[in-house]
Amino acid sequence: MSRVPEEDWDITITPKSSLFDLRIKDTWHYRDLLLLLVRRDFVAFYKQTILGPIWFFLQPVITILIYNLVFNNLANIPTDSIPAPLFYLAGTIMWNYFSDCLTKTSTVFKDNAAMLGKVYFPRLIMPLSIVLSNLVRFAVQFTLFLILTFFYWTKGFSIAPNSAAFLFPVLILLIAALGLGLGMVISAVTTKYRDLAFVVTFGVPLLMYTTTVIYPLSEAVKKYPAYSWIIKYNPITPVIETLRYGFLGKGTFSWGLLGYSAGITTIILLLGIIIFNKVERTFVDTV
Amino acid sequence: MAKAIVVEKLSKAYQLGDFGTGTISRDLERFWARVRGKEDPFLKIGEVNDRTTKGGSDIVWSLNDLNFDVEQGDAVGIIGRNGAGKSTLLKILSRVTSPTTGSVKIKGRIASLLEVGTGFHPELTGKENIYLNGAILGMRKAEIKRKFDEIVSFAGVERYVDTPVKRYSSGMYVRLAFAVAAHLESEILIVDEVLAVGDAEFQKKCIGKMGDVSRGEGRTILFVSHNMDSVRSLCNKGLVLNNGEIIFNGDVNEAVQTYSIKRFKSSTTTTGNIPLSDSTVIQLFQIDNLPAVTHKDLEFTLIIKSSEINTTSSLVLLILDEYEQRLAVADLRNSDLFRISSTQNTYEVKGKLKHLPFLPGIYQFGLYIQSHAVSGNFYNLLQFEVLQKPREEDILPYDLSVRGKIEIDHTFVIK
Repeated sequence: MSRVPEEDWDITITPKSSLFDLRIKDTWHYRDLLLLLVRRDFVAFYKQTILGPIWFFLQPVITILIYNLVFNNLANIPTDSIPAPLFYLAGTIMWNYFSDCLTKTSTVFKDNAAMLGKVYFPRLIMPLSIVLSNLVRFAVQFTLFLILTFFYWTKGFSIAPNSAAFLFPVLILLIAALGLGLGMVISAVTTKYRDLAFVVTFGVPLLMYTTTVIYPLSEAVKKYPAYSWIIKYNPITPVIETLRYGFLGKGTFSWGLLGYSAGITTIILLLGIIIFNKVERTFVDTV
Repeated sequence: MAKAIVVEKLSKAYQLGDFGTGTISRDLERFWARVRGKEDPFLKIGEVNDRTTKGGSDIVWSLNDLNFDVEQGDAVGIIGRNGAGKSTLLKILSRVTSPTTGSVKIKGRIASLLEVGTGFHPELTGKENIYLNGAILGMRKAEIKRKFDEIVSFAGVERYVDTPVKRYSSGMYVRLAFAVAAHLESEILIVDEVLAVGDAEFQKKCIGKMGDVSRGEGRTILFVSHNMDSVRSLCNKGLVLNNGEIIFNGDVNEAVQTYSIKRFKSSTTTTGNIPLSDSTVIQLFQIDNLPAVTHKDLEFTLIIKSSEINTTSSLVLLILDEYEQRLAVADLRNSDLFRISSTQNTYEVKGKLKHLPFLPGIYQFGLYIQSHAVSGNFYNLLQFEVLQKPREEDILPYDLSVRGKIEIDHTFVIK
């Protein structure tokens, strides 16, 4: 019996693979699937709704109205002399993007078990499609932010965009990577231990209060000098602060903090991908 | 011929009971074991493929040390009882899950039809789903575009292509899904009992398509089914699994027979030395030309021996089905029987059942004897399986349950 040389095989299935075998090439081949999944999510979102894609706008608009009422008017939390709705919107769209990526990714195995259990494709496609779908949504909401900024600018509010605004793509990358990375870690763990899924449900909304969505960092440092490091070293804080600083001219911007945030994000993302790749091979048996 | 798939020492272990489903005590136990530096009890056993632990632990080896090759262009039927490991094998081959030990090497692209309509989104239209499903199966967008019309017309859903699939009938749903997979340019196609759905016309189309696929284009097919008829009509090779092990690998007819014999452990096609009375035994009773196939002749030999002259007045071959219902008899009386049984201690009957009119299934032979030394019915002397006759056209036989009791040999002309 003649043995075919090893390199002639297209697919080799073995129990364990290298920790860093991320099958990037495989994933690239399925890029059309990625786009189709994004399209599916987008289309399925507003099928059989009357308002359709307008829901993408309504959600943040209502959120900032409530925030404005509660945190600004009732609680009197200052907004760094930025018009309150604009201040909240900048934080909210960033935070929403992060939390959507995180929560959706964290249940990716559970939600798609039926599909993933039947057919093979690089599993990384699923979380990537989540991040991209949410990016579409984010883009719509960001347009709203730009419109609102322009509106306040014409009204004569002191809004001073500066060169830090060019960091915008980096900020998006960071927030997406962080949501994706954390989500993948959680998704991997929850295939066996469901408990963490419950932590995510109530934990993520609470986590919002440890970032500067509804208050400026400067205010937190002033009021709680001893504990403000929790907020400062939350990797999402520098991202939101940089966005506000770049587009609105107010906020705490430092290369150090942003670099720190990028470092943490890279570590979490790598960790997420590695754990995810390890679990995806057998999750069908345990999910 | 080149090999398409090589499976080496493939095993897959599953944990019985409550593995990681969230019972706190168990999770804590496993977590605690790890904290103390002990190995996860599950993985510890999983690493050594030790069969002796099978009974004692709550590990079950769904596949146990499989070794086999599949040649390019072969259509292999994988058969076995429920729990034999068929689906696990297909899951590993289609990379849905990983093996515990061993390896599989595959040449070419694999399309698996483990369950049709995977990834179909009910809200999306047929068209959107064709693209999505095709992409899930590994097709590029351009490839789907090229084959789109062909897929739609194969599925016969032209009118519904812009309707959300949630409004499809289940038959349409399945047809569309099969059509997408069947048009995937893959070297290897894995099919798990999908043909059970769909009407006869569509089944015929699928068989035709799969036939093209395996003969014309040199595609390799792995086909799992409990329907022996479809396995026999589609496949040229058979792989019989039992309790996670291969018990037969080779020609499909032999495989089907091996499986049937395994299924009906008592199957005997030759027997001897069966005492009928104190003085009389069946020295030999056997079917001479196996396998028994519908509409083929079945030959048998019967030798009855007595210690004294045993004048026989009645000898009848009884044919019963697997539920011991008498289906037919073959009268074996003639003047020779009377003469020989009255002059000799032993006589031999060689007979032939012409154009066996039975459906595929399990049957048994019995005897009715009326003689000087013995008289009565003797059941269950031989058991054998009648196999489906070879397919003449690309038409899948109807299900056995609707084919009545006998198989009529017939011809017809359509003008």
